[in-house]
Parts: sequence; C-alpha cells; structure tokens
Amino acid sequence: MNLRSRVAAAATAAGLLALAACGGGASAGDGGSGETQLSLVGFAVPEAANKAIAEKWAQTEEGAGVSWQTSYGASGDQSRAVEAGLEADYVHFSLEGDVTRLVDAGLVAEDWNAGENKGIVSQSTVVLVVRKGNPKNIQRWDDIVKPGVGIVTPNPGSSGSARWNILGAWGHVIANGGTEDDAKAFLTKFFENTVALPGSGRDATTAFTSGNGDVLISYENEAILARASGEDFEYIVPDDTLLIENPGAVLKNADPKAQAWLDYLLTEEAQTEFAKNGFRPLVEGIDVEVPGANDPTNPFPEPAKLLTIDGDFGGWSEANDKFFDEESGIVPAIQKETGKQ
Amino acid sequence: MTSIQTALPGRSARVRRSPRVGALTGASGLGLGVALLWFSLLVLIPLAAVVATAVAGGWENFASALNNEQTMAAVRLTVTQSAVVTVVNVFMGTTIAWVLVRDRFWGKPVLDVVIDIPFALPTIVAGLVLLALYGYESPLGINVANTEKAVFLALAFVTLPFVVRTVQPVLEELERDVEEAAASLGASRLTTFRRVILPSLVPAIAAGAALSFARGISEYGSLVLLSGNLPLRTEVASVRVLTYIENGDAASAAAVATVMLAIALAVIVLLDIIQRRVARRD
Repeated sequence: MNLRSRVAAAATAAGLLALAACGGGASAGDGGSGETQLSLVGFAVPEAANKAIAEKWAQTEEGAGVSWQTSYGASGDQSRAVEAGLEADYVHFSLEGDVTRLVDAGLVAEDWNAGENKGIVSQSTVVLVVRKGNPKNIQRWDDIVKPGVGIVTPNPGSSGSARWNILGAWGHVIANGGTEDDAKAFLTKFFENTVALPGSGRDATTAFTSGNGDVLISYENEAILARASGEDFEYIVPDDTLLIENPGAVLKNADPKAQAWLDYLLTEEAQTEFAKNGFRPLVEGIDVEVPGANDPTNPFPEPAKLLTIDGDFGGWSEANDKFFDEESGIVPAIQKETGKQ
Repeated sequence: MTSIQTALPGRSARVRRSPRVGALTGASGLGLGVALLWFSLLVLIPLAAVVATAVAGGWENFASALNNEQTMAAVRLTVTQSAVVTVVNVFMGTTIAWVLVRDRFWGKPVLDVVIDIPFALPTIVAGLVLLALYGYESPLGINVANTEKAVFLALAFVTLPFVVRTVQPVLEELERDVEEAAASLGASRLTTFRRVILPSLVPAIAAGAALSFARGISEYGSLVLLSGNLPLRTEVASVRVLTYIENGDAASAAAVATVMLAIALAVIVLLDIIQRRVARRD
C-alpha cells in the first residue's frame, strides 16, 4: 500500500516534470509558419552568421518554409547536451571531438566527415590581439614570450576551443624547424608569461578588454567581431599560424531538410555570409568587405604557413592525447611546472 | 487521493511497532511525504548519482584524481579561502546584523535591502562588476586580478548575506529585559554581550557560517573572470571539475565533487557540534 502511494506520488511528480519540459520546448519554438522545423545546436560564436545564412536559405526553393529552433552555448556543453538527449537535427561545434562524441553515442553517422570538406563548415585562424597602437610591438609568436609581456588565453583545460591557441604556439616552433624540446621550452615561456586563463574565448576577450595583459591569443573571427562591435584593439595574423576548423554535422534521425541545409552551408552564398561575420570562407574567390577586419577590403590575408590539425598534428584524437591528457599530456605538465614558480 | 488514504494504515502500523515515535496525523504524514519526495528529487538522488559516478570510476581513478597536484592545489585553495571568508563573515555579518537591528541611522532601510543583492545578482554579473572595480583598470586603485585575493574577494561578496540574514531575525526577537537585568545586576556591557546575547546568537551564526562555507567551496561564476584560473595559484575546485568534464572524464569530476561534498558535510557537522556545545554551556 505504502509502496503504491509512493509510486503514485512519483508518477505525479514525473508527469509534472514532463509537462514543464513540454511547456518549455513549445515556448522556445519561434512559431514560424513553416512546414518543417529544424533544431540547430551549436557553439555560440557563429550565431549571427548562421542566422544570416538561414535567412538567405529561406529564399531558396529548398529552404522555403523551414522554421528554426536554435540553441547556442559552449561547444563541449552543447555536445554533451545533445548526447544526453537535447533534440537536434544539425550541430555546429568548435572542435571535431564534440562531433566524435555524438558519433560514439550513435547519434551521428560514422561517415559524417567523408565529404570533400571533411565535415568542416566554417574556418578561422589563431591570431594575436594587441592593445591599440601595439605598445609592446608584437608582430609574431616569438614576441609574446619575451619578458614583461602578459598573455591572456582561454583555459585549455575547461575550454576546448582554447586548445587551438596552444597548438598554434606549439606549431609555430615545429614549423620553423624546432624540435619538440624547443617547442616545450617555448610553451614553458608562454605559460610563464600567462597572466590569466579565463574560462572561454569570450571570457578571455572580456578579461583582456578590462585591462588584463598585453596580448590576447584569440580567433580571427572573434577579434573581427569584437572590433566590428566597437572594441578598439588591433590584431595580428602571424606569418605561421593554425587553421581553425569548425565541424558541422547532421544527426542520423534528422529531418531530410537538415542535409539540404548542410549542403547549402558549403555554397558560395552561405560562405559569403560566414566571411561577412569574420570566418575564412571555405570557397575560393569570395570577395567581400568585412567590417572589423584590419583591412576590410582584404580581410583574410594569407599567412606564409598555415598549419592544420590533420596535416601537422595527426588529427584531434592524437593531439588531445599527446597534449591535453590530464595525467600524461604535455600541456598540463608544463602548466604545473610554471604554476610553481 | 485514494492512494494517500490507503497509505495511512501502513503508517499507523509502523507507529504501533515503535511507540516512541509520535503518531502522524493524515495532514502531517502527507506533508512529510511531499517534503521527502521533493528533497529526494532535488537533492538526495542527484547527490547519490554524483557519488555513484565517482565510485563507478573505481578507487584507482579516485586516487589518481586526488593525487593530481593541480587538483589538490585547487581543492586546498578553495577550502582555505572559503574558511577565511567564513571567519570574516562570522564577524562582519554579525556586526552588520547588529547595526541593522540595534542602531538607527540614515539610509538604514536601503542598506537592509541592498544586503541581499549578492543573492540576487547572477554570479557572472557579479564577476564582471568585481573585475571592473578591482581589476587592472580599477577606479579605486585596487587591483587584485589574477591573485588569491581575487578568490577571497569574490567569495566574500557572494557569501556576505548569509550570516547577516540568519542572525538578524534572532537579534530582533531577543528580549531587551534580559540585558537590562544583567546590567542592573552589575554586568558590564562586554559581559552582557558575551554571557547573555552571544549564546542566543551562536546557533544562528553557526547556521550562517555553514551556508557561507558551503556556498564558498562551490562558487564558480563570480570568481573565474577575476581570478584568472592560474593552475596551482588561483584555480578553484569547480574549474578543475569543469576541466575533467571537458576531457570526458566524468569519474574524476565526480571524485573531486565527492571530496568537496565530504568537506562541506564535515564542516557543517563541526559547526553544529560547536553550536550545541555553546548552547549546553548556556
């Protein structure tokens, strides 16, 4: 008897919770009159670009009548949310590992990155953001490890996207003929100069603009976006830097329209919108003015050496084990060493 | 409704077996059931899940997470700063509560309301405000950014209301007659405070201190912007937990969380014991 009452109470509670969840879901919808609704789950940075592209897509035959339900947040958090059951048709993350997590969970097809673009939908590079007038005269990677230069970079532990920056610094040494020991020495100096490791790329920008440090390691699109919205810092694209590649994928049980959307993202039209928002287009020959870029008419200067994760680090899976493993990774070890000083 | 009624005989049967427990009326039985269910859904089940995740990772994983130098440094920093902040709160919180209850001054109603702002402010907003006021571009000329002091400052900010709000109502209810009687019997003001007022306040202070400490060791939002998260120096335990989660190591994250839970529990029990001791001496 007692048990039955408890079960009844539990069922009531569960019902209320489900009701609350449904209520939340319904109100989150944007109430479009389209026949199809697609759910986009992504990392926060490309929100403006995705919105602009969705508007363009709505004018095409394929995209007409599609309404959107979107959710943006930290890449890793968003990926874990989808793994835990957040509904999604299309996902757009900062790091490949966040899609791999969904492949492992059986939500995304194994061959998601088999296409010509290898699953990548947006690109950027690692850049050095400096204060107006560049008072410390920072022009290249070597300048940031000089004594007296304070570095701000997002925390490579808690922010997955911060790893691009650290690998950019490492890759700089290797690309110039340095050994792994040279690169370790460089990273040691890098962390000695680090004054703050904020939780995310956006937090790092906030910390930098409020006076922390002399140089912010950031992403080109983030720097362009901040400048376009009124920040008066400058940024430098080093001669050798790392190409940032953000993957997008369609879930296995997604609405068929989601695949059409993913295909559209790789068109010149969609990549032009990405470019306008500071991302390096995947398609060549796009000529567009980008407000916020150092030179808005030539927004994406080609660095002499552009390193890639696949070409120079053997892919994310290998790079994560080698550099970021909590027990055996190179980066946590260097961070511990420099933290003691 | 029927299920609730049918539950009653079961309860009374249990009561008969242990006659020392007072018999529950229908209404209070329902109240207890609702309270327990709500508490279980919100607290007991999630906590059990955290501990279960930590245990499922195995002792080896638990040990290696705790042997990690960076993690231990973060736990140590978090616990030390929370303890220091709690001690400061015990004194400052009691003083503020005293001033609010016993003194009359201009702007008192405003202060009384403003005390709760650290509760109301989203922590990340608190972090932004602290960064603007006590960071590199501090208009006050105080820069604690990226140091341990930043952790202290953020914790002091978010935990300020706890002791104030637990002590204040008790102080308001305190009979002045007793103090006057003590004074007429020749007790000095200090003796009156120590022997008459303080013992009545101790349970409230202890409760406020426990809340303050527990909030301190779990804080994240308000301090990450100002503290800089430097490993072994200014990184707190919750950042370590996030790092483990980002690395897909839920077991280690749960291990750190379990340790923090155990510490919080130990401190709460300790404060409870202190409070009982004081109450008995009285």
